[in-house]
Amino acid sequence: MKRFLTPKGAIGVTLVLLMFLTAVVAPLVIPADFATRMTMSARLRPPSSLHWLGTDQLGRDLLYRVMLGARTSLMIAAAAVVMSLALGLPLGMISGFYRGRIDNVLMRLVDTLLSFPVLLLALTISAMLGPSVPNAIIAIGVAFTPFLARIVRGEALRVTQMPYVEAARAAGANDVQLIVRHVLPNVMPPIIVQATISLAFAILAEAGLSFLGLGTQPPQSSWGLMIQASRDYLDVAPWTGLVPGGAVALTVLGLNMSGDILRDVFDPRTN
Amino acid sequence: MDQMTPFPLQPGTPADAPQPLVSIENLRVEFETDGGTVVGVDDVTFTINPGETVCVVGESGSGKSVTSLSLMRLVEFGGGRIAGGRLMFAPRDAVAIDLAGAAPEFMRALRGNEIGMIFQEPMTSLNPVFTIERQLTDGLRVHRGLRRGEARARALQLLRNVRIPEPERRLGQYPHELSGGMRQRVVIAMAMACEPRLLIADEPTTALDVTIQAEILALIDRLKRENGMAVLFITHDMAVVAQMADRVVVMYRGKIVEEGRVKDIFEDPQADYTRMLLAAVPKLGDMGGTVAPERMRTLDAEGGAAGTAAVKRGKPQPLLEVRNLSTRFPVKGGVLRRTVANVHAVEDVSFTINVGETLSLVGESGCGKSTCGRSILRLVEPQAGEIWLNGREIRGLPRGELRKARREMQMVFQDPFASLNPYRRLRDQVAEPLVNFGLAPKAEIEHRVAQLFDRVELPRSFLDRYPHELSGGQRQRVAIARAIAPNPKLVIADEAVSALDVSVQAQVLNLLMELQADLGLSFLFISHDFAVVERISHHVGVMYLGRLVELGPRPAVFEDPRHPYTKALMSAVPVADPRRRRMHEAPSAKPIASPILPLGHQPEASRYDEVTPGHFVLNWN
Repeated sequence: MKRFLTPKGAIGVTLVLLMFLTAVVAPLVIPADFATRMTMSARLRPPSSLHWLGTDQLGRDLLYRVMLGARTSLMIAAAAVVMSLALGLPLGMISGFYRGRIDNVLMRLVDTLLSFPVLLLALTISAMLGPSVPNAIIAIGVAFTPFLARIVRGEALRVTQMPYVEAARAAGANDVQLIVRHVLPNVMPPIIVQATISLAFAILAEAGLSFLGLGTQPPQSSWGLMIQASRDYLDVAPWTGLVPGGAVALTVLGLNMSGDILRDVFDPRTN
Repeated sequence: MDQMTPFPLQPGTPADAPQPLVSIENLRVEFETDGGTVVGVDDVTFTINPGETVCVVGESGSGKSVTSLSLMRLVEFGGGRIAGGRLMFAPRDAVAIDLAGAAPEFMRALRGNEIGMIFQEPMTSLNPVFTIERQLTDGLRVHRGLRRGEARARALQLLRNVRIPEPERRLGQYPHELSGGMRQRVVIAMAMACEPRLLIADEPTTALDVTIQAEILALIDRLKRENGMAVLFITHDMAVVAQMADRVVVMYRGKIVEEGRVKDIFEDPQADYTRMLLAAVPKLGDMGGTVAPERMRTLDAEGGAAGTAAVKRGKPQPLLEVRNLSTRFPVKGGVLRRTVANVHAVEDVSFTINVGETLSLVGESGCGKSTCGRSILRLVEPQAGEIWLNGREIRGLPRGELRKARREMQMVFQDPFASLNPYRRLRDQVAEPLVNFGLAPKAEIEHRVAQLFDRVELPRSFLDRYPHELSGGQRQRVAIARAIAPNPKLVIADEAVSALDVSVQAQVLNLLMELQADLGLSFLFISHDFAVVERISHHVGVMYLGRLVELGPRPAVFEDPRHPYTKALMSAVPVADPRRRRMHEAPSAKPIASPILPLGHQPEASRYDEVTPGHFVLNWN
């Protein structure tokens, strides 16, 4: 493990761990009403010793809100990426492994989805299903699927033509064995990297959806919702937007920096 | 560092002794890697005289390419550093200077001007987005300051010099429009453009077919004689060395093990390594007068009859019978990607392999020999013909039955780096056919796999390793262990030793012959290497454009070739014997026939004459 921790990787991993730890631990140690408790006398206060990151327009403590919002934001993003993997992996795998007509049909479908901007697609799905957290997950998951499916297909096409796949076929492997034992492990490295990048984008997409009122619903807190709420006060209290925005930025940065490490950990050649 | 050191005149050197063109002294090149400093070459010293061909020969990792790249000071672009020694070079009408300390601008003026270079891959050493004219004239305009018209005229002259047909037309063409041989001629023309005093050729024919290789070797030899140019020729192929060299430098693991005149090296090698290298090279024609295959000589093993003990040499029993096999691939074209033509990869091929015997399919790239092997396993689906294995017809089998039938025939692929899954332990990869075919209970598999490792002479400590931890030869042994795991009757070896160094190649060939003797295996051996084929085959089929042009017992085909194509191939094969040089430069004007034929084209059936019993020759009129 030591050799993967380049300075870049170490920073990335630390950032990601910090965020996920916050998401898990914060709701356990911070009473839920800390994030919703309004102090009308202390509205839009800048960071101080009492409120370390300041307060918002309702006098709620931003540090508590951003910590408690981490769970919602990261959970939605992670669930959405898992969903896009669950859809995109088999889709791309079948296309790339079998090629031919089924590939044509599936990929035209994927291309159609790809031609819509991600946020527009997520917005449409979210609007159709109604605003709620599970629907936001479905919307983001579906919107991200075509990207993953495309990458999986490309890799599967390449790997399926490798001699070791042909050798396994000659050694009597059936299609399921070929896919599970030979193609899947070899398409995973770029998928892992893509998934970490997708996670970063999903956090942004959740923020976007919540910003438009289609994701997390108040009084629950999420980073996107906080950014949305800050919009009207940015000129008088910029910290209300900078705090949740900074949390998003740090997480995305951390994910991008640690993506390559994750891939190397799974590769026997670098172990 | 930029100053130019004058070449020191040796005291006592006779005045009329030729001043060497290049004198490499105690060269040491280091590479910085994650694991520390790696020495690429160490203490390398040799000279090249004007007009002389010096061959540097060695196996992969011997440092032969590093040496030539150092002389061009290109090694620095590959992460290397010249850590010691001198690279004296005598430019036209100037004193010799030490290139190891020369300024980058000076090197740029030298490269392509005083020293030309040819690389291995004609496909990638030309830039695909520029025309031939642009690539040929660039150097002329930079180094010679020629104007456009003059440069073009010189380019035409160069293309004529390297005997490219229709040179005017070639100037406007892009690299992809030319065949591999023609591209390599263009690369040579580029290297020759400024009439360099030294030509460095780094494996210039390794990627080419034998007939084209023969042409290119003859071309380099002629240009050298006509221009009085010295050649530094880097190769792994002792046969090419025997054909080309005046002097030979043998390298091993970054050091020179032997240096001498070509005849001395071949006839009286001093170093053990040179002897081993020479012994491991099969020489075409060595097998004259023998009937059965013979083991290769290696350092630890004597040569001699391969022995076909397991099979009593009585009446040969047919194992595999292929009848009128044809395989075609569709060529898609147009906007709708419809099939517009077919590649006739295998066309009406018939042959028989007997139990415990080896049939080799030999031919140049694109002749259909690999497709033929894969068609038999139905890894590609043939369009017509019958495949009888042990009395069972393979082509008509449904998928499930086919999967079971594949237990009887296994395959070993060319590239041992690509034919093993990088993500699985070797133990699991060798066990795979046992598991897939349900050949052994779980408890027994481990034991069987360990036995297979013993059988291919791999240490059991390798069981839990991953492919990247092994060398090429070791990986190929793993691939062979996997192939013989389900006790097949037939093993199809598709260029199974082509990617290996000669010494390793000899060991793997011996292993294959041992397995044949012990297990009574039959081999379909697919190869482009005539000398190897001569060594290990009972029967030989020569393929050209998808058809078998000649088929028969190995002695008959090799000693009495009848088809003109077979004869042409045989005469093009370089022989690892400097006394049997055969340089003849055929102009490369013959059009290359294409196996792409329009839809619905019905090719004629193959008709054969039986010239002696079992020796068939295709009617070619």
